Amino acid sequence: MIKKFDKKDEESGSGSNPFQHLEKSAVLQEARIFNETPINPRRCLHILTKIIYLLNQGEHFGTMEATEAFFAMTRLFQSNDQTLRRMCYLTIKEMANISEDVIIVTSSLTKDMTGKEDVYRGPAIRALCRITDTTMLQAIERYMKQAIVDKVPSVSSSALVSSLHMVKMSYDVVKRWVNEAQEAASSDNIMVQYHALGLLYHLRKNDRLAVSKMLNKFTKSGLKSPFAYCMLIRIASKLTMEALHDSPLFDFIESCLRNKHEMVVYEAASAIVHMPNCTARELAPAVSVLQLFCSSPKAALRYAAVRTLNKVAMKHPSAVTACNLDLENLITDSNRSIATLAITTLLKTGSESSVDRLMKQISSFVSEISDEFKVVVVQAISALCQKYPRKHSVMMNFLSNMLRDDGGFEYKRAIVDCIISIIEENPESKETGLAHLCEFIEDCEHTVLATKILHLLGKEGPRTPSPSKYIRFIFNRVVLESEAVRAAAVSALAKFGAQNDDLLPSVLVLMQRCMMDSDDEVRDRATFYMNVLQQKQKALNAAYIFNGLSVSVPGLEKSLHQYTLEPTEKPFDMKSVPLANTPITEQKTEFAPVATSKLPEKPGPTRQDIYQEQLAAIPEFQGLGSLFKTSEAVQLTEAETEYVVRCVKHTFARHMVFQFDCTNTLNDQLLQKVMVQMEPSEAYEVLHYVPAANLPYSQPGSCYSLVKLPEDDPTAVSCTFSCTLKYLVKDCDPNTGEPDDDGYDDEYVLEDLEVTVADHIQKVLKPNFAAAWDEVGDDFEKEETFALASVRTLDEAVGNIISFLGMQPCERSDKVPENKNSHILFLAGVFRGGHDVLVRSRLALADGVTMQVTVRSSDETVVDIILASVG
Amino acid sequence: MTAQTCPRQHQRTTMEIASLEPSLYTVKAVFILDNDGNRLLSKYYDKKLYPSMKEQKNFEKNVFNKTHKADNEIAFVEGMTIVYKCSIDLFFYVAGSAQENELMLMAVLNCLFESLGQILRKNVERRCLLDNMDGVFLVVDEIIDGGVILESDPQQVIQKVNYRLDGSEQAYGFDLFDYIVGNIDGQTDRSQCA
Repeated sequence: MIKKFDKKDEESGSGSNPFQHLEKSAVLQEARIFNETPINPRRCLHILTKIIYLLNQGEHFGTMEATEAFFAMTRLFQSNDQTLRRMCYLTIKEMANISEDVIIVTSSLTKDMTGKEDVYRGPAIRALCRITDTTMLQAIERYMKQAIVDKVPSVSSSALVSSLHMVKMSYDVVKRWVNEAQEAASSDNIMVQYHALGLLYHLRKNDRLAVSKMLNKFTKSGLKSPFAYCMLIRIASKLTMEALHDSPLFDFIESCLRNKHEMVVYEAASAIVHMPNCTARELAPAVSVLQLFCSSPKAALRYAAVRTLNKVAMKHPSAVTACNLDLENLITDSNRSIATLAITTLLKTGSESSVDRLMKQISSFVSEISDEFKVVVVQAISALCQKYPRKHSVMMNFLSNMLRDDGGFEYKRAIVDCIISIIEENPESKETGLAHLCEFIEDCEHTVLATKILHLLGKEGPRTPSPSKYIRFIFNRVVLESEAVRAAAVSALAKFGAQNDDLLPSVLVLMQRCMMDSDDEVRDRATFYMNVLQQKQKALNAAYIFNGLSVSVPGLEKSLHQYTLEPTEKPFDMKSVPLANTPITEQKTEFAPVATSKLPEKPGPTRQDIYQEQLAAIPEFQGLGSLFKTSEAVQLTEAETEYVVRCVKHTFARHMVFQFDCTNTLNDQLLQKVMVQMEPSEAYEVLHYVPAANLPYSQPGSCYSLVKLPEDDPTAVSCTFSCTLKYLVKDCDPNTGEPDDDGYDDEYVLEDLEVTVADHIQKVLKPNFAAAWDEVGDDFEKEETFALASVRTLDEAVGNIISFLGMQPCERSDKVPENKNSHILFLAGVFRGGHDVLVRSRLALADGVTMQVTVRSSDETVVDIILASVG
Repeated sequence: MTAQTCPRQHQRTTMEIASLEPSLYTVKAVFILDNDGNRLLSKYYDKKLYPSMKEQKNFEKNVFNKTHKADNEIAFVEGMTIVYKCSIDLFFYVAGSAQENELMLMAVLNCLFESLGQILRKNVERRCLLDNMDGVFLVVDEIIDGGVILESDPQQVIQKVNYRLDGSEQAYGFDLFDYIVGNIDGQTDRSQCA
């Protein structure tokens, strides 16, 4: 009879779906038969399936109806049909959050969990833990402990995994099951082993020592489960990343490269590749297993391999060259993701001659791949442009074609960023690049991108040979776009008017029109620029149109708030506002050459703001004014010593605060009253020490020293401090951290700390250096010539000057073009106290480097200080 | 008053790899779609990922559009690694984070596919799957629990689920029993929904 029906349904085509027109209310109606005696398992099973199916489709169940169905369902525990019982467990799990009073099934589940039927026990545990809270968990604790060490693998696994889920909610209870988990970890069953390891790690992950003990034990005894091995590798690689290179752990990871499971081999290779500071020799074995995977018949393995190789190629292109042949074969892979990754990897490792061919190949299928991979392609092109600047015309063409295609925001932004970086790197590509971008904003739905491009047009457009052609594109935005874009367009227009006198009259006419805009921000901007432009003064243009404010916005907000709180006669002083850190993108190029010595934490845009907050909280440092500059951290000890100390210098208007971040690496000592005593070489005066009260093992703490800068001699900007760490030592038990009562004083000599002129100058980026140069004027201009005998190249000279003065290179003048004998470096900054300072340094390469330095500032002393320090 | 510069805090591009916190939570989602991209079954294990039904369905549509044309085994969609397999008119997907070991996800997918192949007696197609939806739910439940891989060996899964194919001999027994005790409407009801 059923067969007949089935046939009929089949004839009606594969479109039929027995669940298609399910009505929630009808199903709930049907659920009434749960209450019939005897229970009809088949029908009940069908109804439960329907309920779960509906929940899965996103059907909403009200609390009332769900609770009703749930209570009816509990009757089904009377039936002994296996599948029905299992479906009951599923229903319990699905309804745990919808229905009320789900705990009424606790006793039924506990019975199943401890009963004789092994098939029920595991699933019952999982369902039970789903409806259990911390207090109830204690009631079933005994059963859980027994279940974890049960000899039936499915029971043990279920108990372990459920415990893992419970860790988030009831850490303290689950923590008591560590011994049981430990026992389960030595199980013969691979899944039990894996789950036990996972639970043990989650319980111990905050205790480094315990984790590393556990690792040691398992790496020695060996495991059967490939999953467990992957887990071990991850734990090991996390530990090696946190500490410095730990060779036994690394050896373990490397040994996994010879495991018989591909999954483990790949995990190990990937772990090695992602390790920071990995040497080429350490990489080689990982790269060669990935190379083997490239020719695997399994797409997932090829994908995994080429994706990881792609990562390697970013940092160590030469390590991947050996795989070039295998990667070439993957270019035609039917999985386009693999092909794209292969090509982009080749672009990073291949030679300049292969670029054209590879680009052609990419363009043949770029439309077929997903946005994520298009971004990868764009990133590869961007990297390539930096490597082979001569290829920029090919790239630019390619990018402009991509820009015209459909694509999401991430993708478009990647392209725009890439074009912008090409323009910045290659002056000769500027006009074509700007033209492509102009075309793009004509039809651009992303406000962020449009404003970004308009800003760029305003910056670069006025200085091109024919600025007038951009005006049309910009003014079109004013007519057609949203408020944010219109405002940006107005700002861009103003820059054209300020730079080009012959365009000024037409720009003023356009501005006039913008003053009638419906949005007030646009009107405000137009009115403001209109008035500035009409003055026709270079200095005004430079200050208010080209270079704008360089203060930090949160800082300004805070200062203004402070100002309104305390009414005074004095006008608000802009110089009291802390300066904004130079944008990250600029810093990136600047730090690139010294990337290896860079400290782990990158200078985020708000780093100084964070310090400002921290310092303001210390009573001794109130009344110092706003924080002017915070230096990078300086190490005052060798890397692996008993105590690790690094210093961050905070400069204020008339004081400096030295922050010493100390770490105690001895686990049998507790340090107290830790401070750094400083002996200055010049007329600097140490006013205050703020010691760190306690310094337990491996928990960093900070102590501070407040130093007054010499007032009578403003030119004394550099000083050397000899530093000594002083503290009270208390021996303690390495395991418990319990200290002895008595301690003794001790000290530890640190390296000398230097304060240089760079600590007094904050970097400021002047987008238009020439305008700023005119704005400051030549009232206090001084010029001197120096010979740098020990310097051999212009690059080196530029690098030295920048790091010595700590000023911001402008107009990308930190990049010395190749094969040139002379170069001009533009530097901008603000001196402590708020005086702008600009440096123009002409460099000529002969026998050594000759340098002519011109310094301008709004204050004469500053000029003298700079010249004196250079000499 | 200066031109608004673009926000500098770019999101991490989706392909970038952050170091992976060791964890058993491997699977972010698993779903089975039919050949029109309609959801037959889906489970999301990470509550933060696509919390609403609408987002989930959009994601599934997106994944389906990018994968249904070619059986390529693996794809990268919306910042997630997706491994997939198709069989006649069904698509099986397992999703994990971008950093996840692709082969682990493959192990889950293979286990799911083979287990279903066994309980459906090799008829891995939409109709048969829907007729045995209870078994499918149970299989998925035995393979993944809350994102943790519970079992990866199809034989073990089959053994644990211990499922009888709908319409097989044993099942007849029940219908016959229903028939004998005069529960006719039980049968008509069954055939309506079958």
